[in-house]
Amino acid sequence: MSLAKPAMRGLLGKRLRFHLPIAFALSLVAAAAFKYGVTEPRKQAYADFYKQYDATKEFNNMREAGIFQSVRPTGE
Amino acid sequence: MLATRALSLVGKRAISTSICVRGGHGVAKVDDYNPLPDVQFVTELSAEQRSLKEKEKGSWATLSNEEKIALYRISFKQSFAEMNEGTKEWKSVIAGMFFFIGMTGLVVLWQRKFVYGPVPSTFESEWKEKEVQRMLDMRINPVEGFSAKWDYENKEWKK
Repeated sequence: MSLAKPAMRGLLGKRLRFHLPIAFALSLVAAAAFKYGVTEPRKQAYADFYKQYDATKEFNNMREAGIFQSVRPTGE
Repeated sequence: MLATRALSLVGKRAISTSICVRGGHGVAKVDDYNPLPDVQFVTELSAEQRSLKEKEKGSWATLSNEEKIALYRISFKQSFAEMNEGTKEWKSVIAGMFFFIGMTGLVVLWQRKFVYGPVPSTFESEWKEKEVQRMLDMRINPVEGFSAKWDYENKEWKK
């Protein structure tokens, strides 16, 4: 009955040396995934929308629909 | 002084054990004799068990496996496996959960019918149609959200 003496010291250090690099790597992956999966497509969508955006045309369409209080549709 | 106090405790313990012999299982007040070990499970030994206890005083290599198990059963009520095994209690727990969730569902249905008044007029389909049309007119979320899904040329939802 002679088992090896178990590790008595450095347990936290050993755990950190193992888990911290993994934690950092996974966090970076999560951040990169969000950036390239969400924020970049969103920025592109906004850029594409405003490339072809005619503010005056949209305003007139909204005015005719009658949603404004300051300008009524043409002909009223 | 400590030795005599310990010995007197052992003396009291022997008396308590003999009371147990009359009383059957589990009558000993074990708390008084903490930290001494518990009383053995079988207190009235049969002749066979008593002879086995005598054999135990010799070399244990001579004991067969059945005898070792018999000695264990004299000292202890259950093996570790028997002691640690789970019960079937979880089935009752799950059954109880479903029953009470069902009862709650009935209560909620009754409430909906007999307690709550009618829903506001703003939930009628006519009102909702006008609401959606006004949201599209106002160009709510035109880039990625609500109005982005509406085709203004053909006046229908985008496919």
